[in-house]
Amino acid sequence: MDSMLLLESAINGALVGLMYSLVALGIVLIYKSSSVPNLAQGSMTMLAAYIVLAFANNAGAPLWLAIVLTIVTMFGIGVGIERVALRRLAGRPIIMILMMTLGLEIFLRAGSMTIWGGTSRPMPLGISDAPLFLGPLLINRAYAVGAAVAIALFVLLVLFFRTRIGVVLRAISDDYTAAWSVGISVERGVALSWALSAVVATIAGVLWGSVQGVDQSLAQLLLKGVTVAVLGGLDSIGGALLAGVLLGIVEGLASIVLDPLLGGASRDLVDAAMLILTIMLRPHGLFGRHDIERV
Amino acid sequence: MLFRQAGIFHTDYAADRALFPIPADRWMIVILLVLALAAPLYMNTLYLSSYMLPWLVWTAAALGLNLILGWAGQFHLGYAAVMGIGAYSAVHAQRAGIPWEIAIVLAGLMAAAIGSVFAFAALRVKGLYLALSTLALQFVMDWTISHVPAISGGTQATLQAPDIRLLGWPVTSDAGLFYVALVWCILVTTFMLNLRRTALGRALVAVREKDYAAAVIGVNSFYFKLVAFATSSFIAGVSGAVLIGTFYHAVTPEQFSVDISIQALAMVIVGGLGSIIGSYFGAAFILLMPGLMNAFISWLAAQFGFSLGIETLAHLPHALYGALIIGFLLIEPLGLGKIYGNIRDYLLVWPFGYVKK
Repeated sequence: MDSMLLLESAINGALVGLMYSLVALGIVLIYKSSSVPNLAQGSMTMLAAYIVLAFANNAGAPLWLAIVLTIVTMFGIGVGIERVALRRLAGRPIIMILMMTLGLEIFLRAGSMTIWGGTSRPMPLGISDAPLFLGPLLINRAYAVGAAVAIALFVLLVLFFRTRIGVVLRAISDDYTAAWSVGISVERGVALSWALSAVVATIAGVLWGSVQGVDQSLAQLLLKGVTVAVLGGLDSIGGALLAGVLLGIVEGLASIVLDPLLGGASRDLVDAAMLILTIMLRPHGLFGRHDIERV
Repeated sequence: MLFRQAGIFHTDYAADRALFPIPADRWMIVILLVLALAAPLYMNTLYLSSYMLPWLVWTAAALGLNLILGWAGQFHLGYAAVMGIGAYSAVHAQRAGIPWEIAIVLAGLMAAAIGSVFAFAALRVKGLYLALSTLALQFVMDWTISHVPAISGGTQATLQAPDIRLLGWPVTSDAGLFYVALVWCILVTTFMLNLRRTALGRALVAVREKDYAAAVIGVNSFYFKLVAFATSSFIAGVSGAVLIGTFYHAVTPEQFSVDISIQALAMVIVGGLGSIIGSYFGAAFILLMPGLMNAFISWLAAQFGFSLGIETLAHLPHALYGALIIGFLLIEPLGLGKIYGNIRDYLLVWPFGYVKK
């Protein structure tokens, strides 16, 4: 096997993996504050991409303005979802909460399809198709931009968690009863984390939309996002980033090695296998907190 | 009113342990059974074969999922994959010349064997992580079924299912197929009804409430999780085989994709966790809802003179279906079974609402 080819697909894989981290970050933000595994993150990503296009194409706003408007809209949608759907389920069995996020997933996905239809639309970010040259290696320019945005977002989130509101969110994620008892409004904190994750979904939606077009397949990023989030540890933001890189590299290499053997489409298999292996070997992920259960 | 009771007062243990302690319930069951058996006489074959039959088979499948979800409390997001294993096993067994009666048992055993793999996930993790690992297993099994030509006959292939023969008699009429589905559904229902008064059923409930606590009082939680997964996989496998044999008549991988797993989950949640009558309601609701919704929307469109695109019409029922799941979880988390139970309890002692029920 050509080692340059492997290296090239590993680097491109790492960049794609960082873009997966964008989806995973949204899941982690919500899980950190409220222990709710958000299975609707994929359809929130898709919804955001559709809203950007609606602002840009139907309302005629320039793309940057459309993205800003969508971020504001999604902030509101995130708060709304928490307020209407999730707050009343607090303290209920995890089965109900998972089913609720699945219901949201179906509702948001089919709802966007109902409004905008299923045909794939381009998201014209203006990133050229020409590859970047890194020595002899070809790097996909769109992936590189996505990865850079993911890292920038990570830095922003780390800085955000050092501000006053960020400290409040960290307190909630540490122990929400204790946070409550010192006068922190846990509900508002959780709502804020949903809003933030909806904003992250917007960014993910724009970037992924520019890579693969805006259609139903954006919602299928959920599996990648969940895998990355679990692998990194569901409550670790840095973990999501590193796990994204890891999953991307494994996927990139595996698709080169396995695709000829298995007749293609081994990426999803690799994702599922990674998810199962992580859960079996190290359920709390690489950097997640190890929960102790009491009877 | 309907029940003519002033409360439930048993004078011996046998009456207390009866499946249906109230005479009115027994009468209702008898009437329903007669109605079901006579259904081919008074029902249009279209309704019989395209509504009643899938409803019965899906009810049996939903009851199997309810066993694992409602009784044993273990999440299972890969239920459709297990049904698929049963369906493919039965079709392959039949094509190899094995009679259908034996083929569906083989299908159930095969599904139970592979479905028990899910139990090993359940040994290691629970709750959210179990849900995610069963979801991943669903993807792995989907992939395996569609990518191994020996199983599916190729990625885009459809395997034709041979006609059902029971004890040498070919079953091809709509009524015959309906009776096959009815018998399977009654069998599963009877099993589930009796489960709640056996040691196995009580052990499963103990494991559901808290597996550590169950272990403390001497219930081997791993053993019972394994039994629960194997039993529910058996039911899933046979239901999948019956579904193919009586309804689809051909098997493709898409019939058992992850969406179908979520649909089965929705049946159980909408019907009510751990509720048997709820599984009937849930399956009916989820199966009939898209068609009824479509009819309703086109009626509205005709009534108010607006027209909807084909794509809107195709996706709107799905959106409403998601909205219904959300609505049920918010308004009545215990589902249709609980709503039925509330109405029944109210009427049971009507007009003496203060009586202990």
